[in-house]
Amino acid sequence: MQNIIEATGLVKRYGEVVALDGLDLSVREGTVVALLGPNGAGKTTAVSILTTLIEPDDGTATVAGVDVLAEPAEVRKLIGLSGQYAAVDEHLSGFENLDMIGRLYRLGRKKARTRARELLERFDLTDAADRSVKTYSGGMRRRLDLAGALVAESPVLFLDEPTTGLDLPSRRELWRIIRDLVKRGSTLLLTTQYLEEADRLADDVLVIDNGKAIAQGTTDDLKDLVGGQRIEVKVKVSEKVPAAREVLGRVAVGELHDDERPRVVVAPITGGAPVLARVLADLEAEDVEVTDVVLRRPTLDDVFLALTGHATEPEEDRSEKATTRKRGQA
Amino acid sequence: MNTLYAISDGLVIARRNIIKIKRVPEVLVFVLLSPIMFVLLFAYVFGSAIPIAGGSYREFLMAGIFAQTVIFGATFTGAGLAEDMQKGIIDRFRSLPMSRAAVVMGRTASDVIYNLLSLLIMALTGLVVGWRIRGSLIDALAGFGLLLLFSYAVSWMMALVGLSVPSPEVVNNASFMVIFPITFIANTFVPSENFPTVLRVFAEWNPVSSVAHATRTLFGNIPPGTPEPTAWPLQNAVLYTIIWAGIIIAVFAPLAVRRYTKAAKKG
Repeated sequence: MQNIIEATGLVKRYGEVVALDGLDLSVREGTVVALLGPNGAGKTTAVSILTTLIEPDDGTATVAGVDVLAEPAEVRKLIGLSGQYAAVDEHLSGFENLDMIGRLYRLGRKKARTRARELLERFDLTDAADRSVKTYSGGMRRRLDLAGALVAESPVLFLDEPTTGLDLPSRRELWRIIRDLVKRGSTLLLTTQYLEEADRLADDVLVIDNGKAIAQGTTDDLKDLVGGQRIEVKVKVSEKVPAAREVLGRVAVGELHDDERPRVVVAPITGGAPVLARVLADLEAEDVEVTDVVLRRPTLDDVFLALTGHATEPEEDRSEKATTRKRGQA
Repeated sequence: MNTLYAISDGLVIARRNIIKIKRVPEVLVFVLLSPIMFVLLFAYVFGSAIPIAGGSYREFLMAGIFAQTVIFGATFTGAGLAEDMQKGIIDRFRSLPMSRAAVVMGRTASDVIYNLLSLLIMALTGLVVGWRIRGSLIDALAGFGLLLLFSYAVSWMMALVGLSVPSPEVVNNASFMVIFPITFIANTFVPSENFPTVLRVFAEWNPVSSVAHATRTLFGNIPPGTPEPTAWPLQNAVLYTIIWAGIIIAVFAPLAVRRYTKAAKKG
Protein backbone atom coordinates (compact mmCIF):
# COMPACT_ATOMS: atom_id res chain seq x y z
CA MET A 1 0.00 0.00 0.00
CA GLN A 2 1.14 3.51 -0.70
CA ASN A 3 2.61 5.68 2.07
CA ILE A 4 0.86 9.03 2.07
CA ILE A 5 3.31 10.52 4.56
CA GLU A 6 6.93 9.51 4.30
CA ALA A 7 9.85 11.05 6.17
CA THR A 8 13.44 9.92 6.26
CA GLY A 9 16.23 11.00 8.57
CA LEU A 10 14.66 14.25 9.77
CA VAL A 11 17.06 16.36 11.80
CA LYS A 12 16.26 19.68 13.44
CA ARG A 13 18.46 21.57 15.86
CA TYR A 14 17.71 24.71 17.83
CA GLY A 15 21.18 25.89 18.80
CA GLU A 16 22.50 23.23 21.18
CA VAL A 17 19.16 21.47 21.49
CA VAL A 18 18.55 18.60 19.10
CA ALA A 19 14.78 18.46 18.60
CA LEU A 20 14.86 15.75 15.94
CA ASP A 21 17.74 13.36 15.60
CA GLY A 22 17.14 11.36 12.42
CA LEU A 23 13.43 10.59 12.62
CA ASP A 24 11.95 8.14 10.11
CA LEU A 25 8.22 7.98 9.72
CA SER A 26 5.67 6.53 7.35
CA VAL A 27 1.90 6.62 7.28
CA ARG A 28 -0.22 4.49 4.97
CA GLU A 29 -3.16 6.10 3.23
CA GLY A 30 -6.40 5.93 5.19
CA THR A 31 -4.79 5.00 8.51
CA VAL A 32 -4.29 6.81 11.80
CA VAL A 33 -0.79 7.00 13.19
CA ALA A 34 -0.04 8.39 16.62
CA LEU A 35 3.30 9.93 17.47
CA LEU A 36 3.58 9.09 21.12
CA GLY A 37 6.16 10.67 23.35
CA PRO A 38 6.76 12.91 26.34
CA ASN A 39 6.89 16.66 26.21
CA GLY A 40 9.98 17.74 24.29
CA ALA A 41 10.38 14.43 22.44
CA GLY A 42 10.17 16.22 19.07
CA LYS A 43 6.54 15.50 18.18
CA THR A 44 5.57 19.08 17.43
CA THR A 45 8.80 19.66 15.52
CA ALA A 46 8.04 16.65 13.32
CA VAL A 47 4.52 17.92 12.62
CA SER A 48 5.85 21.43 11.93
CA ILE A 49 8.21 20.06 9.29
CA LEU A 50 5.54 17.92 7.62
CA THR A 51 3.14 20.87 7.55
CA THR A 52 5.83 23.17 6.04
CA LEU A 53 6.00 25.49 9.06
CA ILE A 54 9.70 24.87 9.55
CA GLU A 55 12.46 23.37 7.44
CA PRO A 56 14.53 20.45 8.69
CA ASP A 57 18.31 20.78 8.90
CA ASP A 58 18.57 17.40 7.25
CA GLY A 59 16.36 14.65 5.87
CA THR A 60 13.50 14.48 3.40
CA ALA A 61 9.74 14.27 3.65
CA THR A 62 6.84 13.87 1.26
CA VAL A 63 3.11 14.25 1.76
CA ALA A 64 0.95 12.52 -0.88
CA GLY A 65 4.08 12.21 -2.95
CA VAL A 66 4.82 15.95 -2.85
CA ASP A 67 8.18 17.02 -1.42
CA VAL A 68 7.61 19.36 1.55
CA LEU A 69 10.90 21.16 0.96
CA ALA A 70 10.67 21.53 -2.80
CA GLU A 71 6.96 22.31 -3.12
CA PRO A 72 5.61 23.54 0.21
CA ALA A 73 2.79 25.48 -1.47
CA GLU A 74 1.48 22.28 -3.08
CA VAL A 75 1.67 20.44 0.25
CA ARG A 76 -0.41 23.13 1.95
CA LYS A 77 -3.24 22.44 -0.47
CA LEU A 78 -3.38 18.84 0.72
CA ILE A 79 -3.23 19.22 4.49
CA GLY A 80 -5.29 20.38 7.44
CA LEU A 81 -3.53 21.27 10.69
CA SER A 82 -4.86 21.64 14.18
CA GLY A 83 -2.19 22.87 16.55
CA GLN A 84 -1.27 22.18 20.11
CA TYR A 85 -2.52 25.53 21.36
CA ALA A 86 -5.84 26.28 19.78
CA ALA A 87 -4.93 28.63 16.96
CA VAL A 88 -8.21 30.39 16.49
CA ASP A 89 -8.79 34.11 16.72
CA GLU A 90 -10.44 34.81 20.03
CA HIS A 91 -11.90 38.14 18.97
CA LEU A 92 -13.73 36.61 16.04
CA SER A 93 -16.81 34.42 16.38
CA GLY A 94 -16.68 30.72 15.66
CA PHE A 95 -18.37 31.28 12.32
CA GLU A 96 -16.02 34.12 11.36
CA ASN A 97 -13.00 31.97 12.16
CA LEU A 98 -14.11 29.08 9.96
CA ASP A 99 -15.37 31.38 7.22
CA MET A 100 -11.98 33.12 7.13
CA ILE A 101 -10.12 29.82 6.94
CA GLY A 102 -12.45 28.67 4.15
CA ARG A 103 -11.73 31.78 2.14
CA LEU A 104 -8.02 31.39 2.67
CA TYR A 105 -8.32 27.82 1.36
CA ARG A 106 -9.97 29.63 -1.59
CA LEU A 107 -13.26 27.79 -1.40
CA GLY A 108 -15.00 30.95 -2.55
CA ARG A 109 -17.31 33.16 -0.51
CA LYS A 110 -20.43 31.02 -0.72
CA LYS A 111 -18.81 27.65 -0.22
CA ALA A 112 -16.77 29.00 2.72
CA ARG A 113 -19.95 30.09 4.50
CA THR A 114 -21.84 26.87 3.92
CA ARG A 115 -18.86 24.85 5.01
CA ALA A 116 -18.45 26.95 8.19
CA ARG A 117 -22.12 26.43 9.14
CA GLU A 118 -21.85 22.71 8.39
CA LEU A 119 -18.82 22.24 10.61
CA LEU A 120 -20.26 24.30 13.47
CA GLU A 121 -23.31 22.08 13.36
CA ARG A 122 -21.28 18.90 13.26
CA PHE A 123 -19.08 19.99 16.18
CA ASP A 124 -22.05 21.05 18.25
CA LEU A 125 -21.11 24.74 18.17
CA THR A 126 -24.18 26.11 16.40
CA ASP A 127 -25.48 27.89 19.48
CA ALA A 128 -22.13 29.57 20.02
CA ALA A 129 -21.51 30.21 16.31
CA ASP A 130 -21.88 33.96 16.45
CA ARG A 131 -20.35 34.52 19.84
CA SER A 132 -16.78 35.69 20.13
CA VAL A 133 -14.41 32.77 20.76
CA LYS A 134 -13.21 34.51 23.93
CA THR A 135 -16.40 33.26 25.60
CA TYR A 136 -15.75 29.61 24.61
CA SER A 137 -14.62 26.93 27.04
CA GLY A 138 -11.33 25.12 26.46
CA GLY A 139 -13.13 22.15 24.93
CA MET A 140 -15.16 24.37 22.57
CA ARG A 141 -11.99 26.12 21.38
CA ARG A 142 -10.35 22.78 20.63
CA ARG A 143 -13.39 21.67 18.70
CA LEU A 144 -13.33 24.88 16.70
CA ASP A 145 -9.61 24.50 16.08
CA LEU A 146 -10.17 20.95 14.89
CA ALA A 147 -13.01 22.15 12.67
CA GLY A 148 -10.50 24.63 11.18
CA ALA A 149 -8.36 21.71 10.05
CA LEU A 150 -11.34 20.12 8.30
CA VAL A 151 -12.57 23.15 6.36
CA ALA A 152 -11.10 22.11 3.03
CA GLU A 153 -11.70 18.36 3.48
CA SER A 154 -7.98 17.89 3.06
CA PRO A 155 -6.86 14.32 2.40
CA VAL A 156 -4.16 14.44 5.11
CA LEU A 157 -4.80 15.74 8.62
CA PHE A 158 -2.31 16.62 11.33
CA LEU A 159 -3.55 16.96 14.89
CA ASP A 160 -0.92 18.11 17.34
CA GLU A 161 -1.91 17.05 20.86
CA PRO A 162 -5.60 17.55 20.22
CA THR A 163 -6.68 16.88 23.81
CA THR A 164 -3.78 18.09 25.96
CA GLY A 165 -5.02 20.18 28.86
CA LEU A 166 -8.69 19.22 28.43
CA ASP A 167 -10.87 17.70 31.12
CA LEU A 168 -12.10 14.16 30.68
CA PRO A 169 -15.56 14.88 29.23
CA SER A 170 -14.11 17.24 26.62
CA ARG A 171 -11.41 14.74 25.84
CA ARG A 172 -13.99 11.98 25.30
CA GLU A 173 -16.01 14.30 23.08
CA LEU A 174 -12.96 15.00 20.92
CA TRP A 175 -12.13 11.32 20.73
CA ARG A 176 -15.62 10.66 19.46
CA ILE A 177 -15.21 13.34 16.78
CA ILE A 178 -11.80 12.06 15.73
CA ARG A 179 -13.02 8.46 15.50
CA ASP A 180 -15.82 9.72 13.32
CA LEU A 181 -13.30 11.43 11.04
CA VAL A 182 -11.36 8.25 10.72
CA LYS A 183 -14.47 6.37 9.63
CA ARG A 184 -14.81 8.83 6.79
CA GLY A 185 -11.45 7.65 5.53
CA SER A 186 -9.13 10.52 6.35
CA THR A 187 -5.46 9.86 6.84
CA LEU A 188 -4.48 11.21 10.19
CA LEU A 189 -1.21 11.84 11.99
CA LEU A 190 -1.77 12.79 15.58
CA THR A 191 0.65 13.46 18.40
CA THR A 192 -0.13 12.62 21.98
CA GLN A 193 1.40 12.01 25.37
CA TYR A 194 -1.29 9.55 26.36
CA LEU A 195 -1.08 5.89 25.50
CA GLU A 196 -4.81 5.64 26.13
CA GLU A 197 -5.46 8.25 23.45
CA ALA A 198 -3.25 6.43 20.98
CA ASP A 199 -4.96 3.21 22.00
CA ARG A 200 -8.42 4.55 21.27
CA LEU A 201 -7.63 6.32 18.03
CA ALA A 202 -4.60 4.96 16.24
CA ASP A 203 -3.94 1.96 14.02
CA ASP A 204 -0.23 2.35 14.53
CA VAL A 205 1.88 4.04 17.15
CA LEU A 206 5.34 5.47 16.76
CA VAL A 207 7.02 6.05 20.10
CA ILE A 208 9.55 8.83 19.99
CA ASP A 209 12.04 10.04 22.52
CA ASN A 210 14.81 12.62 22.16
CA GLY A 211 13.95 13.14 18.52
CA LYS A 212 14.18 9.49 17.48
CA ALA A 213 11.71 6.69 16.90
CA ILE A 214 12.28 4.05 19.56
CA ALA A 215 9.41 1.68 18.80
CA GLN A 216 6.66 1.22 16.26
CA GLY A 217 3.63 -1.01 16.18
CA THR A 218 0.01 -1.33 17.19
CA THR A 219 -0.86 -0.33 20.74
CA ASP A 220 -1.19 -4.01 21.58
CA ASP A 221 2.33 -4.65 20.33
CA LEU A 222 3.58 -1.89 22.59
CA LYS A 223 1.73 -3.16 25.60
CA ASP A 224 3.08 -6.64 25.01
CA LEU A 225 6.49 -5.11 24.75
CA VAL A 226 6.25 -3.75 28.25
CA GLY A 227 4.32 -6.56 29.90
CA GLY A 228 0.61 -7.18 30.25
CA GLN A 229 -0.48 -5.34 33.40
CA ARG A 230 0.75 -3.55 36.45
CA ILE A 231 -0.07 -4.04 40.09
CA GLU A 232 0.46 -0.98 42.18
CA VAL A 233 0.47 -1.27 45.95
CA LYS A 234 0.62 1.54 48.44
CA VAL A 235 1.77 0.37 51.86
CA LYS A 236 0.50 2.02 55.02
CA VAL A 237 3.84 2.26 56.88
CA SER A 238 7.25 2.53 55.24
CA GLU A 239 8.73 -0.27 57.42
CA LYS A 240 6.60 -2.71 55.46
CA VAL A 241 7.87 -1.68 52.01
CA PRO A 242 10.53 -4.45 51.88
CA ALA A 243 7.89 -7.05 52.78
CA ALA A 244 5.58 -5.73 50.05
CA ARG A 245 8.44 -5.85 47.54
CA GLU A 246 9.10 -9.43 48.49
CA VAL A 247 5.45 -10.38 47.95
CA LEU A 248 5.21 -8.60 44.61
CA GLY A 249 8.53 -10.05 43.55
CA ARG A 250 6.94 -13.51 43.57
CA VAL A 251 4.52 -12.60 40.78
CA ALA A 252 6.46 -9.94 38.84
CA VAL A 253 7.43 -10.78 35.26
CA GLY A 254 10.14 -8.15 35.21
CA GLU A 255 11.89 -5.87 37.64
CA LEU A 256 9.89 -4.16 40.34
CA HIS A 257 10.11 -0.44 40.35
CA ASP A 258 9.65 2.10 43.06
CA ASP A 259 7.42 4.95 42.12
CA GLU A 260 8.30 8.57 42.82
CA ARG A 261 5.36 8.48 45.25
CA PRO A 262 6.30 7.36 48.76
CA ARG A 263 5.50 3.77 49.86
CA VAL A 264 4.32 2.76 46.40
CA VAL A 265 5.63 -0.42 44.77
CA VAL A 266 4.81 -1.29 41.17
CA ALA A 267 5.11 -4.75 39.65
CA PRO A 268 4.70 -5.71 35.99
CA ILE A 269 2.63 -8.89 35.79
CA THR A 270 0.70 -11.06 33.39
CA GLY A 271 -2.39 -13.01 34.34
CA GLY A 272 -4.64 -10.26 35.67
CA ALA A 273 -7.14 -10.65 38.47
CA PRO A 274 -6.13 -14.09 39.83
CA VAL A 275 -2.62 -12.74 40.33
CA LEU A 276 -4.05 -9.75 42.14
CA ALA A 277 -6.04 -12.06 44.42
CA ARG A 278 -2.89 -14.00 45.22
CA VAL A 279 -0.96 -10.80 45.97
CA LEU A 280 -3.69 -9.61 48.31
CA ALA A 281 -3.74 -12.93 50.17
CA ASP A 282 0.06 -12.93 50.47
CA LEU A 283 0.12 -9.38 51.73
CA GLU A 284 -2.48 -10.32 54.33
CA ALA A 285 -0.40 -13.34 55.36
CA GLU A 286 2.74 -11.20 55.69
CA ASP A 287 0.79 -8.70 57.77
CA VAL A 288 1.34 -5.85 55.31
CA GLU A 289 -1.36 -3.23 55.59
CA VAL A 290 -2.12 -1.47 52.31
CA THR A 291 -4.01 1.74 51.63
CA ASP A 292 -4.30 1.36 47.85
CA VAL A 293 -4.15 -1.48 45.38
CA VAL A 294 -4.48 -1.00 41.65
CA LEU A 295 -4.47 -3.43 38.76
CA ARG A 296 -4.01 -1.54 35.52
CA ARG A 297 -2.82 -1.61 31.93
CA PRO A 298 0.60 -0.12 31.22
CA THR A 299 0.71 3.64 30.89
CA LEU A 300 2.95 5.73 28.70
CA ASP A 301 5.28 5.97 31.68
CA ASP A 302 5.60 2.21 31.80
CA VAL A 303 6.27 2.04 28.07
CA PHE A 304 8.91 4.67 28.45
CA LEU A 305 10.48 3.11 31.44
CA ALA A 306 10.67 -0.17 29.59
CA LEU A 307 11.97 1.29 26.34
CA THR A 308 14.31 4.00 27.55
CA GLY A 309 14.96 3.37 31.20
CA HIS A 310 13.73 6.84 32.07
CA ALA A 311 10.29 8.07 32.99
CA THR A 312 8.37 10.74 31.13
CA GLU A 313 8.10 14.21 32.50
CA PRO A 314 5.31 14.36 35.09
CA GLU A 315 2.07 15.71 33.67
CA GLU A 316 1.76 18.41 36.36
CA ASP A 317 4.93 20.13 35.15
CA ARG A 318 3.50 20.34 31.69
CA SER A 319 0.16 21.86 32.54
CA GLU A 320 1.94 24.32 34.79
CA LYS A 321 4.10 25.39 31.88
CA ALA A 322 1.04 25.76 29.73
CA THR A 323 -0.60 27.96 32.35
CA THR A 324 2.45 30.17 32.76
CA ARG A 325 2.56 30.51 29.04
CA LYS A 326 -1.06 31.53 28.84
CA ARG A 327 -0.58 34.05 31.60
CA GLY A 328 2.41 35.43 29.77
CA GLN A 329 0.20 36.06 26.77
CA ALA A 330 -2.55 37.80 28.66
CA MET B 1 -2.15 35.59 -10.81
CA ASN B 2 -0.02 35.54 -7.65
CA THR B 3 -0.60 39.24 -7.13
CA LEU B 4 -4.34 38.77 -7.47
CA TYR B 5 -4.30 35.98 -4.89
CA ALA B 6 -2.15 38.10 -2.58
CA ILE B 7 -4.68 40.92 -2.82
CA SER B 8 -7.77 38.75 -2.30
CA ASP B 9 -6.15 36.87 0.62
CA GLY B 10 -4.88 40.20 1.97
CA LEU B 11 -8.43 41.52 1.93
CA VAL B 12 -9.64 38.51 3.93
CA ILE B 13 -6.97 39.24 6.55
CA ALA B 14 -7.72 42.98 6.52
CA ARG B 15 -11.39 42.20 7.05
CA ARG B 16 -10.51 40.06 10.05
CA ASN B 17 -8.41 42.90 11.52
CA ILE B 18 -11.25 45.35 11.01
CA ILE B 19 -13.69 43.04 12.82
CA LYS B 20 -11.20 43.04 15.67
CA ILE B 21 -11.21 46.86 15.80
CA LYS B 22 -14.94 46.66 16.44
CA ARG B 23 -14.62 43.83 18.98
CA VAL B 24 -11.90 45.49 21.05
CA PRO B 25 -13.03 49.12 21.12
CA GLU B 26 -10.65 49.88 24.02
CA VAL B 27 -7.76 49.93 21.58
CA LEU B 28 -9.57 52.34 19.33
CA VAL B 29 -10.42 54.65 22.22
CA PHE B 30 -6.76 54.78 23.19
CA VAL B 31 -5.71 55.39 19.59
CA LEU B 32 -8.09 58.31 19.35
CA LEU B 33 -7.55 59.82 22.79
CA SER B 34 -3.79 60.12 22.70
CA PRO B 35 -3.68 62.48 19.69
CA ILE B 36 -6.33 64.67 21.32
CA MET B 37 -4.14 64.81 24.39
CA PHE B 38 -1.10 65.67 22.28
CA VAL B 39 -2.87 68.49 20.48
CA LEU B 40 -4.12 70.01 23.71
CA LEU B 41 -0.83 69.64 25.58
CA PHE B 42 1.29 71.15 22.85
CA ALA B 43 -1.19 73.86 21.95
CA TYR B 44 -1.57 75.12 25.48
CA VAL B 45 1.73 74.22 27.17
CA PHE B 46 4.26 74.99 24.43
CA GLY B 47 1.95 77.25 22.48
CA SER B 48 2.29 79.99 25.04
CA ALA B 49 6.10 79.94 24.93
CA ILE B 50 7.04 79.29 21.30
CA PRO B 51 6.70 82.29 19.02
CA ILE B 52 6.22 81.73 15.29
CA ALA B 53 7.14 84.69 13.11
CA GLY B 54 4.02 86.07 11.45
CA GLY B 55 1.72 83.23 12.53
CA SER B 56 0.35 81.25 15.43
CA TYR B 57 2.03 78.26 17.01
CA ARG B 58 -1.16 76.23 16.91
CA GLU B 59 -1.29 76.51 13.14
CA PHE B 60 2.38 75.56 12.92
CA LEU B 61 1.94 72.72 15.37
CA MET B 62 -0.86 70.73 13.74
CA ALA B 63 1.10 69.36 10.78
CA GLY B 64 3.84 68.26 13.18
CA ILE B 65 1.36 66.45 15.43
CA PHE B 66 -0.24 64.82 12.41
CA ALA B 67 3.16 63.57 11.26
CA GLN B 68 4.17 62.25 14.65
CA THR B 69 0.84 60.55 15.30
CA VAL B 70 0.67 58.66 12.03
CA ILE B 71 4.22 57.43 12.54
CA PHE B 72 3.34 56.20 16.01
CA GLY B 73 0.20 54.73 14.45
CA ALA B 74 2.41 52.54 12.29
CA THR B 75 3.63 50.71 15.41
CA PHE B 76 0.17 49.10 15.58
CA THR B 77 1.19 47.03 12.60
CA GLY B 78 4.18 45.66 14.47
CA ALA B 79 2.28 45.09 17.70
CA GLY B 80 -0.58 43.39 15.85
CA LEU B 81 1.72 40.99 14.03
CA ALA B 82 3.72 40.24 17.17
CA GLU B 83 0.46 39.40 18.91
CA ASP B 84 -0.62 37.10 16.07
CA MET B 85 2.72 35.32 16.31
CA GLN B 86 2.42 34.91 20.03
CA LYS B 87 -1.14 33.59 19.86
CA GLY B 88 -0.15 30.96 17.30
CA ILE B 89 -2.59 32.09 14.63
CA ILE B 90 0.33 32.85 12.30
CA ASP B 91 1.12 29.13 12.38
CA ARG B 92 -2.40 28.40 11.20
CA PHE B 93 -2.07 30.96 8.39
CA ARG B 94 1.30 29.56 7.39
CA SER B 95 -0.15 26.06 7.07
CA LEU B 96 -2.85 27.30 4.67
CA PRO B 97 -2.43 27.46 0.89
CA MET B 98 -2.70 31.25 0.99
CA SER B 99 -0.40 33.92 -0.37
CA ARG B 100 2.75 34.41 1.69
CA ALA B 101 2.39 38.16 1.43
CA ALA B 102 -1.25 38.33 2.50
CA VAL B 103 -0.93 38.47 6.28
CA VAL B 104 1.46 41.42 6.24
CA MET B 105 -0.38 43.11 3.37
CA GLY B 106 -3.70 42.76 5.13
CA ARG B 107 -2.28 44.12 8.34
CA THR B 108 -0.63 47.18 6.82
CA ALA B 109 -3.81 47.88 4.87
CA SER B 110 -6.18 47.62 7.84
CA ASP B 111 -3.93 49.81 9.95
CA VAL B 112 -4.50 52.66 7.50
CA ILE B 113 -8.01 52.78 9.01
CA TYR B 114 -6.62 53.46 12.48
CA ASN B 115 -4.57 56.29 11.06
CA LEU B 116 -7.45 57.68 9.07
CA LEU B 117 -9.63 57.78 12.18
CA SER B 118 -6.96 59.35 14.34
CA LEU B 119 -6.28 62.01 11.66
CA LEU B 120 -9.98 62.81 11.63
CA ILE B 121 -10.18 63.17 15.40
CA MET B 122 -7.00 65.25 15.50
CA ALA B 123 -8.26 67.54 12.77
CA LEU B 124 -11.47 68.14 14.72
CA THR B 125 -9.54 68.83 17.90
CA GLY B 126 -7.29 71.16 15.93
CA LEU B 127 -10.28 73.07 14.61
CA VAL B 128 -11.53 73.48 18.19
CA VAL B 129 -8.23 74.98 19.38
CA GLY B 130 -8.04 77.39 16.46
CA TRP B 131 -6.27 75.54 13.63
CA ARG B 132 -7.64 76.28 10.17
CA ILE B 133 -7.03 74.92 6.69
CA ARG B 134 -6.14 78.02 4.68
CA GLY B 135 -5.33 76.38 1.36
CA SER B 136 -7.64 74.69 -1.13
CA LEU B 137 -9.63 71.56 -0.27
CA ILE B 138 -7.73 69.56 -2.87
CA ASP B 139 -4.41 70.57 -1.34
CA ALA B 140 -5.68 69.67 2.11
CA LEU B 141 -6.81 66.23 0.92
CA ALA B 142 -3.42 65.78 -0.72
CA GLY B 143 -1.88 66.64 2.65
CA PHE B 144 -3.87 63.92 4.43
CA GLY B 145 -3.06 61.51 1.62
CA LEU B 146 0.64 62.18 2.01
CA LEU B 147 0.44 61.54 5.76
CA LEU B 148 -1.33 58.22 5.17
CA LEU B 149 1.14 57.20 2.47
CA PHE B 150 4.10 57.85 4.72
CA SER B 151 2.60 55.99 7.66
CA TYR B 152 1.67 53.11 5.35
CA ALA B 153 5.33 52.89 4.36
CA VAL B 154 6.50 52.97 7.99
CA SER B 155 3.97 50.19 8.70
CA TRP B 156 6.01 47.83 6.52
CA MET B 157 9.10 48.69 8.56
CA MET B 158 7.17 47.98 11.75
CA ALA B 159 5.85 44.73 10.28
CA LEU B 160 9.41 43.46 10.05
CA VAL B 161 10.02 44.52 13.66
CA GLY B 162 6.79 42.89 14.84
CA LEU B 163 7.64 39.56 13.18
CA SER B 164 11.14 39.58 14.64
CA VAL B 165 10.46 40.22 18.33
CA PRO B 166 9.13 37.86 20.99
CA SER B 167 6.15 39.92 22.22
CA PRO B 168 4.01 42.95 21.33
CA GLU B 169 5.35 44.93 24.30
CA VAL B 170 8.83 44.82 22.80
CA VAL B 171 7.53 46.46 19.63
CA ASN B 172 6.17 49.37 21.60
CA ASN B 173 9.28 49.84 23.70
CA ALA B 174 11.72 49.44 20.84
CA SER B 175 9.86 51.72 18.47
CA PHE B 176 9.33 54.34 21.15
CA MET B 177 13.10 54.69 21.50
CA VAL B 178 13.52 55.29 17.79
CA ILE B 179 10.37 57.21 16.94
CA PHE B 180 10.67 59.76 19.70
CA PRO B 181 14.05 61.17 18.63
CA ILE B 182 13.21 60.92 14.93
CA THR B 183 9.98 62.82 15.30
CA PHE B 184 11.52 65.41 17.61
CA ILE B 185 14.76 66.11 15.69
CA ALA B 186 12.65 67.59 12.92
CA ASN B 187 10.56 70.65 12.29
CA THR B 188 7.53 68.92 13.80
CA PHE B 189 7.09 70.91 17.00
CA VAL B 190 9.53 73.79 16.64
CA PRO B 191 11.16 75.37 13.58
CA SER B 192 14.50 73.68 12.98
CA GLU B 193 16.44 76.72 11.68
CA ASN B 194 17.98 77.46 15.04
CA PHE B 195 19.03 73.88 15.90
CA PRO B 196 22.79 73.28 16.42
CA THR B 197 24.35 72.52 12.99
CA VAL B 198 24.46 68.72 13.25
CA LEU B 199 20.87 68.48 14.41
CA ARG B 200 19.76 71.06 11.85
CA VAL B 201 21.24 69.12 8.95
CA PHE B 202 19.72 65.91 10.32
CA ALA B 203 16.37 67.65 10.67
CA GLU B 204 16.52 69.01 7.13
CA TRP B 205 17.11 65.57 5.63
CA ASN B 206 14.83 63.78 8.06
CA PRO B 207 11.77 62.60 6.10
CA VAL B 208 9.61 63.43 9.12
CA SER B 209 10.48 67.08 8.49
CA SER B 210 9.52 66.82 4.85
CA VAL B 211 6.21 65.16 5.79
CA ALA B 212 5.47 67.93 8.30
CA HIS B 213 6.63 70.70 5.97
CA ALA B 214 4.73 69.35 2.99
CA THR B 215 1.46 69.03 4.91
CA ARG B 216 2.01 72.41 6.56
CA THR B 217 2.35 73.91 3.11
CA LEU B 218 -0.63 72.01 1.70
CA PHE B 219 -2.82 73.12 4.62
CA GLY B 220 -1.72 76.72 4.03
CA ASN B 221 -0.30 76.91 7.54
CA ILE B 222 2.96 78.63 6.61
CA PRO B 223 2.58 82.34 7.44
CA PRO B 224 3.13 84.67 4.47
CA GLY B 225 6.59 86.19 4.46
CA THR B 226 8.26 83.09 5.93
CA PRO B 227 11.59 82.65 4.10
CA GLU B 228 11.82 79.67 1.71
CA PRO B 229 13.73 76.75 3.23
CA THR B 230 17.27 76.43 1.94
CA ALA B 231 17.56 72.63 2.10
CA TRP B 232 16.56 70.65 -0.99
CA PRO B 233 14.39 68.08 0.86
CA LEU B 234 12.25 70.87 2.29
CA GLN B 235 12.09 72.79 -0.98
CA ASN B 236 10.74 69.61 -2.60
CA ALA B 237 8.99 68.26 0.44
CA VAL B 238 6.19 66.37 -1.34
CA LEU B 239 8.53 64.70 -3.81
CA TYR B 240 11.10 63.91 -1.09
CA THR B 241 8.39 62.32 1.08
CA ILE B 242 7.08 60.19 -1.78
CA ILE B 243 10.60 59.04 -2.62
CA TRP B 244 11.18 58.01 0.99
CA ALA B 245 7.87 56.18 1.18
CA GLY B 246 8.73 54.34 -2.04
CA ILE B 247 12.18 53.36 -0.82
CA ILE B 248 10.88 52.19 2.56
CA ILE B 249 8.22 49.99 0.95
CA ALA B 250 10.63 48.65 -1.67
CA VAL B 251 13.14 47.65 1.00
CA PHE B 252 10.93 46.52 3.85
CA ALA B 253 8.02 44.83 2.08
CA PRO B 254 10.17 41.96 0.75
CA LEU B 255 12.05 41.72 4.06
CA ALA B 256 8.81 41.56 6.06
CA VAL B 257 7.29 38.92 3.77
CA ARG B 258 10.51 36.90 3.90
CA ARG B 259 10.51 37.14 7.67
CA TYR B 260 6.89 35.96 7.73
CA THR B 261 7.66 32.86 5.69
CA LYS B 262 10.41 31.92 8.13
CA ALA B 263 8.66 33.08 11.27
CA ALA B 264 7.91 29.85 13.08
CA LYS B 265 6.95 30.06 16.69
CA LYS B 266 9.72 28.62 18.82
CA GLY B 267 9.14 25.48 20.84
